[in-house]
Amino acid sequence: MTIDSELLRLLLYVVGFIAFIATNAAYLVWLERKEAGHIQCRIGPKEVGPFGLLQPVADGLKLMTKQLIIPKGADSFLFRLGPVLVMTPAVMCFVTIPYSDTIVARNLDVGLLAIFAFASVNVLGLLLGAWGSRNKYAVISAARVVSQNVAYEIPMLIVIVTMVMVTGTMNLHEVVTSQNGGFWHWNIFRFSASPLMPVAFLIYFVCMLAETNRAPFDMAEAESELVAGAFTEYPGMGFGVFFMGEYANIVVGTSMATILFLGGWNCPFGLWPGLHWFLIKMYALIFTVIWIRWTFPRTTFYSLLNLSWKVLIPVAFANLILTSALLKVL
Amino acid sequence: MTAIAQSASSETFVLNLGPQHPATHGVLRVKLVMDGEYIVEAEPVLGYIHRMHEKMGENRTWAQFLPNTGRMDYLHALAYNHNYVCLVERAASIEVPERAEYIRVITNELNRISSHLLWFGAFVLDLGGFSPLLYAFDDREQILDLLESVTGSRLTYCYFRFGGVYNDVDQDFLDGCKAFVARLRERMPMYHNLVTKNIILMKRLQDIGFIDAEMCRKYGATGPVARGAGIDFDVRRHEPYSVYPRFDFDIPVYPGCDSMARYMVRMDEMEQSMRIIEQAVGAIPEGPVMAAKAPKIIKPPKGDYYHAVETARGSFGIRAVSDGTNTPYRMKLRTPSFSNLVTFGEAAKGMLLPDALALMGSLDLVIPEIDR
Repeated sequence: MTIDSELLRLLLYVVGFIAFIATNAAYLVWLERKEAGHIQCRIGPKEVGPFGLLQPVADGLKLMTKQLIIPKGADSFLFRLGPVLVMTPAVMCFVTIPYSDTIVARNLDVGLLAIFAFASVNVLGLLLGAWGSRNKYAVISAARVVSQNVAYEIPMLIVIVTMVMVTGTMNLHEVVTSQNGGFWHWNIFRFSASPLMPVAFLIYFVCMLAETNRAPFDMAEAESELVAGAFTEYPGMGFGVFFMGEYANIVVGTSMATILFLGGWNCPFGLWPGLHWFLIKMYALIFTVIWIRWTFPRTTFYSLLNLSWKVLIPVAFANLILTSALLKVL
Repeated sequence: MTAIAQSASSETFVLNLGPQHPATHGVLRVKLVMDGEYIVEAEPVLGYIHRMHEKMGENRTWAQFLPNTGRMDYLHALAYNHNYVCLVERAASIEVPERAEYIRVITNELNRISSHLLWFGAFVLDLGGFSPLLYAFDDREQILDLLESVTGSRLTYCYFRFGGVYNDVDQDFLDGCKAFVARLRERMPMYHNLVTKNIILMKRLQDIGFIDAEMCRKYGATGPVARGAGIDFDVRRHEPYSVYPRFDFDIPVYPGCDSMARYMVRMDEMEQSMRIIEQAVGAIPEGPVMAAKAPKIIKPPKGDYYHAVETARGSFGIRAVSDGTNTPYRMKLRTPSFSNLVTFGEAAKGMLLPDALALMGSLDLVIPEIDR
């Protein structure tokens, strides 16, 4: 009986997460196109279904019916492995994310560590896929992806270490419960731990944009420079899986921002906490991510590294030292 | 920059940028020898859209060549029309009525703004910012509507005739011009706030893409490229034609020599064009728009003729040799983007790929005009 219920639970969560990721990937594209349309004074998709709501379905069908062409001279194993390595870790991340007090697949004590361990595999997927497709643009893009991610994981992880020090746990559920109450209890406003907390949130957010290869740090795609960067040779669903992986990573990144800084499922005014607050915060962050993409031009590679090594890492370190000093004193 | 090129390792590879590439805006191919992301050598390869306009000019009558001129630089077609009709008018000594000259100036400047707006959008698109493109197209649409109402076409115009213009403009057009100028004046601060003052854009353009006055002289670069290198040269001012000397306008010159200087020159030029349009619309005289004694068949006397105008991209010159018959003996077109492009090969050496593409965008190339 216990095994059965455990199996059922497993099945439910697997199906639930895959459905959540697929729906998000599909409808975040729709949201992105609608929002871009709104920003650019046009309508966006509107032909397929009411408000273009069936557009993602049509896009998905198109991608799936396309022939999978593996370019001549490409390493077909790595070429196929690339999208999988981007998508799978993103799905794995969802295992430990607590969406509300009760909705969590596995409440691991090292949840935070697990998520950032999985999240860093996605670089490998892009690198292998780009390398395996044997395209000069893709190889340039692969080189960019690696140094970009290395440069951005450092400040991000320093911020994470700070948060672990503040909350005293790596268990995501406990991270959220330590922020119970109104918005003044949230980590972003926890000035008693460090006056630089909002800055830490900004650093996390910038690093998240860079990690997920979103504009203005979409150096790996850079359609006006590298045609499509790492995805240049990918047809049909190969590209589709990369795309889903990208959106899944955005969902993971914004979920983590919600959990670490914005109090997870807590209501800002201490009323009716629950899943809806988590989703509101997460989608607000995603909306911002899309908004940024359609507003800013792309940075270049060296200014990105400059930003990381000369600004973000020193500030993150300062925050770390300040926080540990304050924790020691208080 | 040279230091980087010299220290380049022997492990270089060749990257074919184009003929189909999002950043080349047409069928330009640039052969890049790359060392990682650094460009060791850049060689533009031309000819993918060569249509032999010069030879066509020698095969047909003077009048039959007129529509061809609008198909070289499709973004500033009226200036090309203008240059050709000015050349023929000079050769055949045809007097142009004053109202026609004013109409020519107004439509020309509108077209210049539309060209610069498209460049602005495409340039920011090259830098990865998508939204300004559509704002610019929104404004450009107003110009196209205005020009469509008098010329009948939206892109490849053939509106000017030897001795005047094809048809007169009405009050609606003049009012539309005023309304458009007011609208764009209002929107220019928005462009500057959204794009020019953006820190990412400034970092990508400032002190990058160095083309100095010496290089401009060496390769014959003109237009905003030369003015961005501190050379105060504008055909409208220094070899005046039409009624341009009657208007009060400035020639924006920036000594920066970088991509930002060229960007600022074009942004300021739009404002100056608006000033010209305002003055011309206010002072346009009544009268005919075609010369009364314009000959039906053009047979310019024997001779060697040259005329140049300032297009959105620089100085466009036509040299035509007439042997007294109804077809030109020789037609030579000097197009600005051709000379401007050649600077790319030298300026891009030692640059990173994204910076080189920003430099290419700042040259404002129109490929059919390079190949013609």
